[in-house]
Amino acid sequence: MNALLAQVDKKDTILYLDGVSRAFDGYKAINSLSFYVLAGELRAIIGPNGAGKTTMMDIVTGKTKPDVGQVIFDGNVDLTKLDEARIANLGIGRKFQKPTVFESHTVFDNLELALAGDRGVFASLFFKLGERKDLIENTLETIALTDARDRIAGSLSHGQKQWLEIGMLLMQEPDLLLVDEPAAGMTDAETAATAELLKRIAGKRSVVVVEHDMEFVRSLESKVTVLHEGSVLAEGSLDKVQADERVIEVYLGR
Amino acid sequence: MTGFSTTHPTLGKSGFAFLLTDRGGKILLALLLAAIIIVPILNLAVPPSSPFHISTFMVSLFGKYLCYALLALSVDLIWGFCGILSLGHGAFFALGGYAMGMYLMRQIGTRGVYANPVLPDFMVFLNWKELPWTWYGFDMFWFAMIMVLVVPGILAFAFGWLAFRSRVTGVYLSIITQALTYALLLAFFRNDMGFGGNNGLTDFKDLLGFNVQTDGMRVTLFVLTAIFLAASYILCRFIVSSRLGRVLIAIRDAESRTRFLGYRVANYQTFVFVISAMLAGIAGALYVPQIGIINPSEFAPANSIEIVIWVAIGGRGTLYGAVLGAILVNYGKSYFTGALPEAWLYMLGALFVLVTIFLPKGVVGAWPTIKARLAERLLSSKPKLEAAE
Amino acid sequence: MAERKAQLVRGFASLAFVVFMMAVAALPALAASFEDTLVGFTADSFNDTATAMSAVTESGDPLAPQILGALGDGRLLFSAATKKVYFKDSTDKLFDAATGAAVTAVAPGDLSPVRLNNRLRGLLSAALGSLTLMAPDVAKRIDAAETVFKSRDITTLPALDKALAQEKNAEVKEAMLEARAAIVIGAPDTSPEHRLVAITALNTRGDGDALVLLRTLPADVPANVKQAAASAISSIEYRLSIWANVQNLWYGLSLASVLLLAAIGLAITFGVMGVINMAHGEMVMLGAYTTFVIQEFFRAKFPGFTDYALIVATPAAFLVAGAFGIAIERGIIRHLYGRPLETLLATWGLSLILQQLVRTVFGPTNRDVGAPAWMAGAFQAGHISITYNRMWIIVFTIVVFAALLALLRYTAFGLEMRAVTQNRAMASAMGIKTGRVDALTFGLGSGIAGIAGVALAHIDNVSPNLGKAYIIDSFMVVVFGGVGNLWGTLVGALTLGVANKFLEPFAGAVLGKIVILVLIILFIQKRPRGLFALKGRAVEA
Repeated sequence: MNALLAQVDKKDTILYLDGVSRAFDGYKAINSLSFYVLAGELRAIIGPNGAGKTTMMDIVTGKTKPDVGQVIFDGNVDLTKLDEARIANLGIGRKFQKPTVFESHTVFDNLELALAGDRGVFASLFFKLGERKDLIENTLETIALTDARDRIAGSLSHGQKQWLEIGMLLMQEPDLLLVDEPAAGMTDAETAATAELLKRIAGKRSVVVVEHDMEFVRSLESKVTVLHEGSVLAEGSLDKVQADERVIEVYLGR
Repeated sequence: MTGFSTTHPTLGKSGFAFLLTDRGGKILLALLLAAIIIVPILNLAVPPSSPFHISTFMVSLFGKYLCYALLALSVDLIWGFCGILSLGHGAFFALGGYAMGMYLMRQIGTRGVYANPVLPDFMVFLNWKELPWTWYGFDMFWFAMIMVLVVPGILAFAFGWLAFRSRVTGVYLSIITQALTYALLLAFFRNDMGFGGNNGLTDFKDLLGFNVQTDGMRVTLFVLTAIFLAASYILCRFIVSSRLGRVLIAIRDAESRTRFLGYRVANYQTFVFVISAMLAGIAGALYVPQIGIINPSEFAPANSIEIVIWVAIGGRGTLYGAVLGAILVNYGKSYFTGALPEAWLYMLGALFVLVTIFLPKGVVGAWPTIKARLAERLLSSKPKLEAAE
Repeated sequence: MAERKAQLVRGFASLAFVVFMMAVAALPALAASFEDTLVGFTADSFNDTATAMSAVTESGDPLAPQILGALGDGRLLFSAATKKVYFKDSTDKLFDAATGAAVTAVAPGDLSPVRLNNRLRGLLSAALGSLTLMAPDVAKRIDAAETVFKSRDITTLPALDKALAQEKNAEVKEAMLEARAAIVIGAPDTSPEHRLVAITALNTRGDGDALVLLRTLPADVPANVKQAAASAISSIEYRLSIWANVQNLWYGLSLASVLLLAAIGLAITFGVMGVINMAHGEMVMLGAYTTFVIQEFFRAKFPGFTDYALIVATPAAFLVAGAFGIAIERGIIRHLYGRPLETLLATWGLSLILQQLVRTVFGPTNRDVGAPAWMAGAFQAGHISITYNRMWIIVFTIVVFAALLALLRYTAFGLEMRAVTQNRAMASAMGIKTGRVDALTFGLGSGIAGIAGVALAHIDNVSPNLGKAYIIDSFMVVVFGGVGNLWGTLVGALTLGVANKFLEPFAGAVLGKIVILVLIILFIQKRPRGLFALKGRAVEA
């Protein structure tokens, strides 16, 4: 077992990766990756391009199956056997790098589609919103889109779409949020607000943020994991990893 | 991708709230209701000498258009709302038609050329001694009507279940639906399939004991078609206005996002594909007694592609646009194949090209623009008039 | 059934009759002069004619071939009054049949041709066959032996034995042995030794005819003969089943070459560009019509060079279809990039227009493209017959495929094309004019479809619907083989072509095709990206 994993009891983790590898045409996007996230933790993952950050998220959410390795959710569920819908319903929400919302639906409908509940075909056919409308209104307020409530999502600005997507994540009421580059394309004010939002979410839920923007990562004040060539290069506070020789080498080159 | 009137269950109190905000749908249903009342009167009660008389030929012709409209509606449900472009929907239509045709064949009984009480003429001609098992039960109307739904439904379920689970989408799906209907075309051409081979099923006599050739029966079939179209429209509108409808649009716009929200995309696609296939089957079943024949050419891949252009011309993702498009194109087809037979294929071809390039939202989608232009022209022409005065 | 039986009975009756007549006529005929043998022709009776024919054959007279040949062509004339026989040559010059001298005097007035019926025609060809058994030309001797083999005429046996005795050429000897075997194998009075020789000869021949003959072995032969025949039969059956597979393989290859030709252009437009061109079949059709027009032009202006029309038609078809392709890309497809379903519909509309256009210009009926002399006919390879046109189409396909691969790999255009396929934005940033590359790529794909049309024009009807027949199959090949990979297309075409032809004997042509379609539909669900899918992150994303 990996030295890193030896420190922890699987039961305390929300996400636990052990020796995960995945190759594309011989290129190892993920190379015996092992790390864990504690329940309620906010974690930032950084790394240069091609470090395997997105592939890692694909593996956790079921989009890509690993060649070898274990991916355990909530201490006991093996995710490698499940498909995307099942994993999502277990309580893992994902925000894509490129904001993806349902462009021809209104903001309200986007949130309503994300609303936690029975995802079955017939449940959807005879679905009644009822009291849960308040939940949506609350979330609209959280993501500052109350005024845009009935606008078509396709007409939102890039930053607003990012927020809407985070809002949809919240509606899912997941235990673990995987957030890919939430600050991309945001103004400084929006970036700061996003960091605040994520910090607020963490605690009750676990949040894993993949980000390039170091200022943003700093403002999260969380533990940082550095990925390089598909495995963990360093882990710790941002100051600690930034002082790490190997991290400097990877980021600045030789 | 705007212009979809998504309604909320919260907005209206009554169960039919989803219809209230659907202006095009209300117009369509009103027109269908009017046709149901007026056409029988003008055909049966008004004497043929009157200029208001509608001939039985015209009644059947419009009955045929309404069948096509129902077929187009079924295609719009999956293409317009779920982004599944089926180029094989003619197959479901034809299967529904064959189910009805088989019932009608078995009603002929001893009135056939060979006067065999059990075997249809073509089987006697092929020297068959026994009814094939595929024909069992089709002498009973209720059984045949269940088959009208079940046969297209099962095929759509099997096909959809395999295709959508494997995430075959987009053009790949279109191409294999085309292969599906092509395979069925070849199969139904074979005599030993037991469905009349090349000639198909024809020479129908009775439907539930009524002669299908009489004026009264023709009008009844027309009215039935209009009722089925209206009911199917309401069903489709109900589906697309529900949360399920919103999921379908979500799948169309961002399939993997929908999946990551926890929806089993394949189940939704299969469900709506099966519903759509059943509607197409109903359309085929209504079509056959009015036309008087069903043969394998209904499976021709070209037919299935043509359905799509009706929807595209009317305006996809609107439901009533599909109905409008089917009627417009088929009226044009009837007119031009009579008046300018050479020109029709040019026109149909040009329609495909021009609509996809210049009218991606169809006539319905372009209507606001057209209206605005007209209004603009009216406004701008007014000062000129004043100046002229 | 009854009719065939009657025919057989009649056949045996006439055979018996001839044998009987020969026995009766042989003795006096031996002494009689050649002129006397000819008298039989003057009786205007089929039986007498038959006797005379056998007599002439037996006589070994140098005039015999000419006389029998004239008999077959209705040039043998007789005068009933003078009991004399004449023959005309092809220039209508009259000769005396007995002497072969040209007739200078006035011919009798009552000359009329010696009549034949079907029975006599059969006997005649056998007789002619036995005559040519001694021809100096090897090929002629083999043909003659083959004729005897087919006729199994017992009356030719003496001539055959005579020929066999003096034959030196091993191949001819083998053919004659087979012919002899065919005659004696089923005859009631053949000795067991002769039967064994016959069985060996037929086993060597090893075709369906030999099998049929071996089965005519009478029941009352010794056990060792019976056993030899049985083992020969099983040996032939085994070899024939292998040949049947070879034949299927050949048919499969032939179909595969056609599929590949039709699909290879699609592999470019669909596979490389991702454009669904439903008018692809019509590009094939345009190529076929171009071939037709050029051949007609040659026929009208340079009739002697019609066989070379292909040399002009191939590039012309490429250019015509290519030009149409570029026009389609510039006029329609360019506006629809990123909307594959709409492209599909628009190009379908276009295919309707093109079909109707051709119907208006050339009419709805089928047009014929004549095959050049070197593409006509067939040759025998082992037990399968290979037609030259199919063979040349396979060669043609290989050439086109190789040329296309070379074009993509070694030319600047090929490099640009691959660059645009892989990363449009980057290619554009590198200064590649992506619009121009798109147009040319589409033109290339369409042009190759046009070339396919040249080949298809020689094996299929040239009609406005020509393209329709190939479009679904072409898509199946490309999708099955894997998009964006020409080798995949090759493997796809080979697999589908060969599988189709191997299924046909079991399932019939139509059912075989349905089975293939269903299998592909199932296969695509298993591997949505085809046999040779591009792998990697770019695809997964």
